[in-house]
Amino acid sequence: MSYLSLTERDREEMLAAVGVASVDELFRDIPASVRFGRELDLPPALGEQELTRHLEELAARNVDTAQELSFLGAGIYDHYVPAIVDAVLQRGELLTAYTPYQPEMSQGVLQAIFEYQTAVCELTGMDVSNASGYDGTTVAADACFVAKHATGRAKVVVTEATNPQVRQVVKTYAPGFGLEIVEVPHRGGVTNPADVRRAAADAACVIFQQPNFFGCLEPAPDLAAAANAGGAIAVAHVDLVSLGVLEAPGAYGCGMAIGEGQSAGNYQSFAGPHYGFLAARDEFIRRMPGRIVGETIDTAGERGYVLTLQTREQHIRREKATSNITTNQTLLALAGLVYLSWLGPQGIRELGETCMALGEYAKERLSDAGLELVFPERTTFKEFAVRVGRNAQEAVRSARARGVHPGYALGRDYEGLDDALLIAVTERRSPEDVDRLVDALAAP
Amino acid sequence: MRLIFEKSQPGRRGGELPRPDVPPAEVPADLRRSRPPRLPELAEPEILRHFTELSTRNFGIDTGFYPLGSCTMKYNPRVNERLVMLPGFRDLHPYQDEDGSQGALELMWRLQEALIEISGLHACSLQPAAGSQGELTGLMLMRAYFADRGEADQRDTIVTADTAHGTNPASVTMAGYKLAKVETDARGNVDVAHLREMVNERTAGLMLTNPSTLGLFDEHIEEIATIFHEVGALLYYDGANLNAVCGISRPGDMGFDIVHINLHKTFSQPHGGGGPGGGPIVVRETLEPYLPGPAVTKVGDAYRLDHDRPKSIGKVRGYTGPFGVFVRSYAYIRSYGPGLREMSETAVLNANYLLARLKDAYDLPFDRLCMHEFVLSARSLKREHGISALDVAKRLMDYGFHPPTIYFPLVVPEALMIEPTETEAKETLDAFVDAMIAIAREAEDDPEVIKGAPHGRPVRRLDEVKAAKRAVVKYGFEDHVGLAGDPAEPRQLEAQKGA
Amino acid sequence: MAATESYPGELKYHKEHDWARIEGDEAVLGITWFAQDSLGELVHYEPPNQGDTISKDSPYGEVESVKAVSDVIAPLSGEVVEVNQKVVDEPETVNADPYGDGWLVRIRLTDPTEADALLGVEAYKQVVAES
Repeated sequence: MSYLSLTERDREEMLAAVGVASVDELFRDIPASVRFGRELDLPPALGEQELTRHLEELAARNVDTAQELSFLGAGIYDHYVPAIVDAVLQRGELLTAYTPYQPEMSQGVLQAIFEYQTAVCELTGMDVSNASGYDGTTVAADACFVAKHATGRAKVVVTEATNPQVRQVVKTYAPGFGLEIVEVPHRGGVTNPADVRRAAADAACVIFQQPNFFGCLEPAPDLAAAANAGGAIAVAHVDLVSLGVLEAPGAYGCGMAIGEGQSAGNYQSFAGPHYGFLAARDEFIRRMPGRIVGETIDTAGERGYVLTLQTREQHIRREKATSNITTNQTLLALAGLVYLSWLGPQGIRELGETCMALGEYAKERLSDAGLELVFPERTTFKEFAVRVGRNAQEAVRSARARGVHPGYALGRDYEGLDDALLIAVTERRSPEDVDRLVDALAAP
Repeated sequence: MRLIFEKSQPGRRGGELPRPDVPPAEVPADLRRSRPPRLPELAEPEILRHFTELSTRNFGIDTGFYPLGSCTMKYNPRVNERLVMLPGFRDLHPYQDEDGSQGALELMWRLQEALIEISGLHACSLQPAAGSQGELTGLMLMRAYFADRGEADQRDTIVTADTAHGTNPASVTMAGYKLAKVETDARGNVDVAHLREMVNERTAGLMLTNPSTLGLFDEHIEEIATIFHEVGALLYYDGANLNAVCGISRPGDMGFDIVHINLHKTFSQPHGGGGPGGGPIVVRETLEPYLPGPAVTKVGDAYRLDHDRPKSIGKVRGYTGPFGVFVRSYAYIRSYGPGLREMSETAVLNANYLLARLKDAYDLPFDRLCMHEFVLSARSLKREHGISALDVAKRLMDYGFHPPTIYFPLVVPEALMIEPTETEAKETLDAFVDAMIAIAREAEDDPEVIKGAPHGRPVRRLDEVKAAKRAVVKYGFEDHVGLAGDPAEPRQLEAQKGA
Repeated sequence: MAATESYPGELKYHKEHDWARIEGDEAVLGITWFAQDSLGELVHYEPPNQGDTISKDSPYGEVESVKAVSDVIAPLSGEVVEVNQKVVDEPETVNADPYGDGWLVRIRLTDPTEADALLGVEAYKQVVAES
């Protein structure tokens, strides 16, 4: 199967117009020694029906969260994605457009991004949001780059209770940025502001996660204050769907708010594509990475939208650009906007309340069944850590044999937690589902 | 058109989620949200109409011809959109155990194998999320490679071409390297004499697009590779233009050591108004140990995630990369098979046909056969009639076409960079040629109609100076208190200070 | 709004399209008509800080239009004693009056003899003609 439109006659006419005898002659500038002398060794072409069957077979060899009752989270969550998100994303005019370089052709995407920026700023309490980053890890690296240039400092502090994926990506980017990364340990599941204060003294920024990787609510205002006291920029890594019930980072002194947008409107999709968001206070607007849409008027005085402050970007500022990003995650951010519009202010608050209430219910039921919470004194959001009385990976295996995936084995990332599972409970799980989880974990 | 926030009515709502009968949980007062977020309040029918109306104010490949140079705007097969929504792909968690994600891992492994064959190299990582991230990853690999050889401090410079995408120099800075720029010669190739002057034992590598952003295949590519390899440096292939050469010439055979492949270009990921993309990298054997982890490997009949990569640079993106992009691109590759060569041949034929028919009406800075794209110049139109590349672009909209890339590459004044791709019919190409020629004629007869263009879009030309001077980057709720209809007047609103 | 092309005879010029008006042991610096015309309407000026030391032939600030950004090159070395706040607030002032209200910084000269190496107006007009 192919998607080509030329007929044999078309080809002949076109070759004649070009003035060559064959298609092969079009490639005469390629030296013979670097011409590929054989056919590509790829499996034969498939028609649409055969292709569908092949991919259906591959998909059937995965165990998705509809087949298995899943309590997996750890950064990617099984929230409900309403049908309207799919419907909007399949509009070809939006789906098959590219970066809105030509605003007259792209008012739909531009206005949507402007609305997305507004929604992200509103949730995070920030002044400006970009049009998206790749995911929740790379926006953390972006924030480090902004902070380095804003402060002139060469150290970044990240809390140990921040998602390990985020920390690994920041550490991978750091040498190129000329940054040293320092981690602040958690104490009983949350970060101590005094530890942050000490580390922040010569740091460009302090990145902490709220709720943190363990699901625990950090003393976020105190952490931000500790960062600010040291002259470092406080960067909160937040979950958009928590911001109906949790305070906006802008309200407690953060300079930037970043995060993984997947939980708000994207499918799990084996980790992507999703969108990362990066929002900041006004003072950092000229250091922001990526696209930003601004409002203006046209020659007739009508309101319209354009890409703005483009001199920050690689296509103009080149080696001095604030980032190398060009292709971003606009389609996934659009999904986020549709989802947040569907939820509205009341829906997002109710969603947060439901996740918290189900989490509390699950903690109680597990405790009743004799399992021990890792951080029993902490308030959690959507996710919590529990000790399962044996190696957590074994517990996963035995629970899966009962049709339940009970969560993420924390020993992969944290010493001393080999017996601990990180359990996520979203609104897609019912109290009865939680009861099944308890049965599966409590079973021998 | 009103913003969704301007259609909001207090108390109206879209969807509702389950509210199970369990006791409520309290957020501690100091962490509780103090003011509800002003998200839109609309019922679902109005939400759908809002976004449908937005879509009518946008132009995609589905709408019409989109010859945006360097972006490879080809048809996006609808079957791929259906396949990516299979529950086994869509609802799969990245921490599902390996035995519960064999289909996904196999798909990734098969895609890696295909990309290895297409690029003529040895090992692949699918992790980078876009071409520019692939570039940065490639430079990180160079750093790790030289560090292992004790040459990290010595090798501090990367060479890029003056025709390069802006991402190349930006990636060089982000990777902590110094930049050297090599010039273009009179035939549009890299100036080899200039190159010889700047390459030495301090050079870490070259970043090059081939064919270049001028749409020209560098005739000296082997000599260039030798120049770098002789001083122990590496060559990085920016795969932005791979659509020209699939099955015809492989980067590995040209002498490149590291390649990124833009899955969203060559292998047809819908561009989504700006993204997503995918930027896998493929490398020579000597660089494999440094690839980001985990690696997707095949052991017997099973597919595994190998985390045991002690020399790996680390991770450049979360988990194992943008899987939905892999599904679409794998499906695209499987639908062509070895016929990918015909895909590239047709892309090159379409471009040369347009070039042949347009070169008398516009300036052609490099008069050679092109590859999958070519660059014209509106220099004469500007000098003789005051019509710039921007004006031509705006007028094309009135003829129903998305404009080409303009003012890039920087080495060509008044540049119009045209990439038709292989999926266009001859009639479409002919109609585009007719429009371009008509505009050139209008430049003589009626330049004002061009300068006032576009005439048939939802908005006229927009004031970008105003947008940049005092950036309004979010809706100003405070300036529209109680508003539920059209804003009284478009006003200049400054971004509000945070709560 | 935009000024008409001119190159005042009393100024000293740098080939990167910058000018200096020497006033005793101080100098006022700015960009020439040609520079502002090439950039188009300015939307941003990123000035140095008062008290910064700037060096001849090196960038001391940036000016931006919508689609271009340019380093501003110091024609002379010295310490910044004043930044033109009017241009920070209204960058288009440079387009309207590049040699008057559109000045960028005032510096105290480190080495007044550096001025000997700058171009006179005729030599600079030659640079413009060749650009």
